[in-house]
Amino acid sequence: MKDIEIKGMVSAHCIIAVSIVMATIVPAVLLDDYSVYGTHLVWLYICTASVAAVNIAIYTLLGVSPPAKKNTLSHKVTKVSKSCLYFMFSCLLFHGIVVLYGAPLLELASETFSFAVLLSTFTTLRCLCILGPNVQAWIRVFSRNGAMSIWDTSLQITTASSVIGAWLGAFPIPLDWERPWQVWPISCTLGATLGFVAGLFIAPIWIHWHRKQLTYKSK
Amino acid sequence: MRIRSSVFASFCLIMEVFGIALFLRGYFPLPVKSSISAKSKVADLPTEPLAGNVANWTKIPPPLFKRVVIVLIDALREDFVFGPKGKQFMPYTSHLVERGPSHSFVAKARAPTVTMPRIKALMTGSIPGFIDVVMNLNSPALLEDNLMWQAKNAGKKMVFYGDDTWLRLFPKHFMEQDGTTSFFVSDYTEVDNNVTRHLDTTLERDDWDILILHYLGLDHIGHLTGPHSSLIGPKLTEMDDILKKIHTSLMSKEEEGSLPNLLVLCGDHGMSETGSHGGSSEPELNTPLVLISPSFKRKVAFEIPETVEQVDLTPTLSFGLGLPISKNNVGRLILPVLEDNSLREQLRFLHLNGFQLSRLMRDSTPAYEKDTGYEQFRIAERSHGNWMKLYLEGNTSEVLSNMGKKVLKQYLDALKSMSLSLSKQLGKYDMYSMIVGTVIVLFLLLVSVADALSSNAELDLPLSSSLCSLPFYLLCLMFSGVHVMVCTSTESSCYFCSLSWALVFAVIVFVSALLCVILSIMGRKLSWGRPQTKSESSSDSGFSELDILLLTGTLGHVLSLAASSFIEEEHQTWYFLLNTLCLAVFQDVCRKYFSEKRSYKDLEDSLYQPSKDELLTSDYSSKPSSTSAGYEKWLALATPLVTLACCRILRSLNQTGVQWAHLPDFGHWLNSSEHHTELSLLAATSLVLIFFLVRRRCSMVSKIALGLGLLGVYSYRAAVGNVLFPWQQEGRAISKGIVEARFVYIFVLGILFTGAKDLLKSQVITSDTKTKSRGLWEVYSGVVLLAALLFRPHNLPVLVFCLLIQTIMTRFIWKGLQYDAAQTTIMHYWFGQAFFYFQGNSNNIATVDISAGFVGLENYLEIPAIFLTAFSTYAGPLLWASHLVCYLNSETDRSSAAMGHGCYCFALLRSIPAAVYIVLATSLRYHLFVWSVFSPKLLYEGMHTFVTASICVFFTAMDQNRSVRS
Ligand SMILES: [Zn+2]
Ligand SMILES: [Zn+2]
Repeated sequence: MKDIEIKGMVSAHCIIAVSIVMATIVPAVLLDDYSVYGTHLVWLYICTASVAAVNIAIYTLLGVSPPAKKNTLSHKVTKVSKSCLYFMFSCLLFHGIVVLYGAPLLELASETFSFAVLLSTFTTLRCLCILGPNVQAWIRVFSRNGAMSIWDTSLQITTASSVIGAWLGAFPIPLDWERPWQVWPISCTLGATLGFVAGLFIAPIWIHWHRKQLTYKSK
Repeated sequence: MRIRSSVFASFCLIMEVFGIALFLRGYFPLPVKSSISAKSKVADLPTEPLAGNVANWTKIPPPLFKRVVIVLIDALREDFVFGPKGKQFMPYTSHLVERGPSHSFVAKARAPTVTMPRIKALMTGSIPGFIDVVMNLNSPALLEDNLMWQAKNAGKKMVFYGDDTWLRLFPKHFMEQDGTTSFFVSDYTEVDNNVTRHLDTTLERDDWDILILHYLGLDHIGHLTGPHSSLIGPKLTEMDDILKKIHTSLMSKEEEGSLPNLLVLCGDHGMSETGSHGGSSEPELNTPLVLISPSFKRKVAFEIPETVEQVDLTPTLSFGLGLPISKNNVGRLILPVLEDNSLREQLRFLHLNGFQLSRLMRDSTPAYEKDTGYEQFRIAERSHGNWMKLYLEGNTSEVLSNMGKKVLKQYLDALKSMSLSLSKQLGKYDMYSMIVGTVIVLFLLLVSVADALSSNAELDLPLSSSLCSLPFYLLCLMFSGVHVMVCTSTESSCYFCSLSWALVFAVIVFVSALLCVILSIMGRKLSWGRPQTKSESSSDSGFSELDILLLTGTLGHVLSLAASSFIEEEHQTWYFLLNTLCLAVFQDVCRKYFSEKRSYKDLEDSLYQPSKDELLTSDYSSKPSSTSAGYEKWLALATPLVTLACCRILRSLNQTGVQWAHLPDFGHWLNSSEHHTELSLLAATSLVLIFFLVRRRCSMVSKIALGLGLLGVYSYRAAVGNVLFPWQQEGRAISKGIVEARFVYIFVLGILFTGAKDLLKSQVITSDTKTKSRGLWEVYSGVVLLAALLFRPHNLPVLVFCLLIQTIMTRFIWKGLQYDAAQTTIMHYWFGQAFFYFQGNSNNIATVDISAGFVGLENYLEIPAIFLTAFSTYAGPLLWASHLVCYLNSETDRSSAAMGHGCYCFALLRSIPAAVYIVLATSLRYHLFVWSVFSPKLLYEGMHTFVTASICVFFTAMDQNRSVRS
C-alpha cells in the first residue's frame, strides 16, 4: 500500500515540477521580451498561478484532503472561503516577515508582496490542499513527530525546503557582483523555487529511504 | 594542570590580543622612509648634468612665484568645481577654470581619505601608511621632511588659518595662526567665519610669503546632510566669494618686474555619496586642483581636467617657492606649470625631481638598480648631459630642440615609473611578524576549542607534562634556530627581530608550549576518545533546530568574512541572523505552549511548567498564579515578535555599510535642523524610558544617582546644542558642555562605586546572592548611564530598545524556556553584534564617532579620549556582555558552572572570527580592497578582541567571587 502511495506522490510531485518548468519555458516561446530576470514579476505570477492550479487539481483528484463530515454545498463554500482567507492571511504574514528581514517598507511593496504570494503558494496552499483549513492539523504536522501520513511528511519537507531556499536566496544580495539576479526579490524567489523543486524530489526519496522507520500512528 | 574555564578563557583571549597586536604590527608597517630626521638640504642638490664639463647651474633654480596662497577646502569633491554644481554655485572659479590664467587638474587622493593623512601627504609628498589613520586620533608633530619645514628653514613667512590639525602637525611653523577645531561637526558657519574674518587684514599686508586657509564647513555639511543637501550650494558660493576676494587682491598687488603670485585651490579628499569619507570610492578620491597665476596662459575654452596624483602638488610647490623637494616625496612635478619657462629650465627641474626620487629609491629599495624607473632615469640623465653640451656650444637648430623634447619625455617616463614603484613599496608586509602573530592566535584557538563542547567548570591542561617533555625543548631549539636564521638572512628589517632577546625567547617558549599542549591533547583524544564520544552521543539526544541555527550562523558569519562585500555589509549578516534567531525562538515558544498543551491537556498544572523553576531562581518576578499563566503565555509569545519589531525599527535608524548607506534613514531625518523639536522629544522620552527600564533592580541611592545622571545627559545635549531645552533663552551660545558632562561623569563613577561596594560586600562579609546581583546590576546601570552620555541623541533609542529587549527576553524567554549557558551566550553575542551596527557603526573607519572622545574634556587628552571613543563605539557589544554577566549570575543556582561556561563560550565566539580573519587578511593582502575594506576590518577585529578580553577578565573576577563564596 505504501509503495503505491509513494508512486502516487512521485507522479504528483513530477507534475508540479513540470508545471514550474512549463511556466518558465512556454511564455518565453509565446511572448516577446520575456525573461525570468527582465520581466520577473510576470514570471512570478505565471509560476504562482500554474503551481496553484496544478496543486489544487491534483489534490482534489487524488482526494488526499480529509473527508468532509457534511458534504453539503454550504459546507464546501465555507471551506473554500476559509481557505482563501487563510491564504490571504499567510501572504500578509510572509510579507510582514520579509519586511522584518529588511525589505523596504514602502518602495518595492508590490515586489515584496508578490514574493510573499509565491512563498505562500509553495507552503500554505499545499497545506490547505492536503490538510484543509484546520489549524489544529497544521500545528500537529509541524510539531515534532507529528506526521501521520506520507503526505504530511512530504508537506514538512517541501515547506522547510522552500523556506530555507528563500532564506539562502537572500545571501547573494549584498555581494557587489552587479548581476541582474541580485536585485530584490529575484534571488529570493529563485531560491524559494529551487528549494521547492528540490523539496518535491527529496520528499519521495527520503520517504522511500526511511520507509521502514516511518510508522505512522493511525488517525 | 587544572584551571577554571573562565580563567583559561581570559588568559587565551589576552594572549590572543598580544598575538593580534604582533600581527597588526607586521600588517601595517611604518612606511619605508629614507630616514626620519634627515631633511633635504640645498647643498645636497645635484648640479645640472653636462657631459664632460662641470655645469654652470649648480644652485637650486630661483622661485617661480613670489607669494603662494593655498585655499584648502575640506572634502571638496571634484564635481563641486568642475561639475554642474561648480558652474551653478562657483561662477567665478568656473570662469577662471574655463577662461582664466589657470591650470586645472583632478588630483587623486589615496585611501585613507581622512584629513590628517591627506595633509601629511600634501606636505611631505609621501603616501602615509594606513597606520596614520589610527594616529589621526592623536596627531603629533610631523617630524619627517616636509614643505612647511623647508619653507620655514628658507626664511619664508607663513600664515595659517583653519583646521588646527595643521597646528598640531607643524607647531611653531607659522608667523600667524588661528586654529579652528573640527570639534563640533554640527557647526558649519562659525568654523569658516573664524577663518574668513582674518582674510581682509592679511591680504592687505605684505609681510607674508605663504598663506594657507583650510575651510572645514563643507566637510561638516557633508557629514551632517550629505553631498546633495541644500546647504552645499550656499557654502560653495561662499567659498567662491572668498576665492574671488583673494584673487582680486592678489591681482591688484601684482607688479611689473617682480615674480607673479600663485593661488592654489584644492581639497584634501572628496566626499562619498553619503557625505562621509575615509574609504576609496571615486567621489572620495577625486579632488579638484586649480592653480591660478598671471604667468599662466589664458584658457580659451573649458578642457576636461587631466588627472594627477595629489602628492604631485608637493614638488610643484617646492619648485614654485624655490625650495628643495622633501626627502620622502613620491610625487612628480606638474609640468604645465612650467609652460612659460625655457626647455633648459624645464629639464633642470625634472632632473632635480628625478634625482630626489632616485635617492629615495636607493634608500628604501635593496635592489634599486634593477628597477626600470631608476635605469630610465640614468639614461635620461646621460642624454640630458649630452643635450646640455650641445646647448652650451650655442647650437640652436631644430635638431637640438627635438632632442631636448626627447630628453623631456625620457625624464617624464622615468619619473612616472619611479613614482609608481615607490608608492607600491609603501604597502609592504612584514611577513615574519605576521606569521608569528598568526601562529600564536591559531594555536591558542586550537587549544581552547579542544575542550569547547564539554560544559565542565574546570579544564584539564596537560601543561606540566608537556613542559617537561623532550619535544618541547626540541621545538624551542627549532624555533630559536628559525628566528636566528630569519633575522640574519633578510636585509629588510622585521619588527619581531628588533624586539629584545628576552621577549623573543618568551614568545618562543610560549609557542612551543602551546604546540606541545595541542599535540598532547590530540594524543589523549585519539587514545581514549572513542568510548567517550559514544557515551556522549547516547546521552545527548542531538541538536535542536535552535542549536543548528546558532552553530551554522556563527560558522557562516566567519566564512562570510572572506568576501569584501560581506565585510562591508556585515550588518546585513547580523540583522539577518538575528531575525532568524528571533523566529526560531518564536517557534520554540509556540512549540512549548501549543504542543505541550495538546499532549498534556488533562494536566492543568503543567500548562506553565517552568513557573516552578522561575519561582526559585528569579529574584524580581512576582509569583505567577494559575490565572496569570495565561498572560504569561501570551507575553512569552509576543516577546520574539516585539524583539523583531524593535530590530526592524533600529535597522532603519542608521543606514550603514556601503551599498545602501546613501538611503535616507531616520537618524539623518532627526539630525536635520528642521526636526530639532522631534529630536529633543525623542531624546527626552528615551532618557525617561532608560530610567524606568534600569531602575527596578537598583538600590535607592543609585536610583537617585541614575535619575540625576540622565537629567545631566539631557542638559549636556542641550548645552552642546543638539537638543532644545524648554526654558532655554533664545540665542544662547553653544558651549562645550564641560560642566554638564562632568556632572554626569560624577554620577557614573558614583553608581559604579556603589556597585563595586556591593560586590565586595557580597564577597567578603555576607555570602548573599541578592547583594551580589544587585551590585552587578548597579555596575551595569553605570555602564548604561555612560553610554547614554556618549551616544548621539538620535541613537538613544538604540539604548532603550537594548534595555527593553534584554528585559523581556530575560523575563519570558531565557528563563522561561530554560536555555543553557552556551545558548544564552551565543544569543547575547549575536545581539551585541547587531547592536554594534544598530548604533550606526560599520567596518569603515569613517563611522567611528570621534566626538565621543571629547565629551566633558576641555582639550584633547589622549587616554581618556581613546577610552571614551572605544567605549561609545563598542557600547552595544559591551552592554550585552555585561547583561550576560548579570543574567548568568542570577542563574547560577540552576547550574553552578554557568558563569565559567558562559565566559568560555564568549571568548571562543570572539576568537574564532578573529583567528580566521587574520588568516584571511594575510591571504587576501594583495586584494584590490585591502586598504579600504580588509585593513579597517582588521583594526576593528583587533579592537573588538581587546574589548572582549577585558570583559572576560571581569567575568573571571565575578566567577572567582562565586567560587570563593561557595
Ligand atoms: Zn578633511
Ligand atoms: Zn570629515
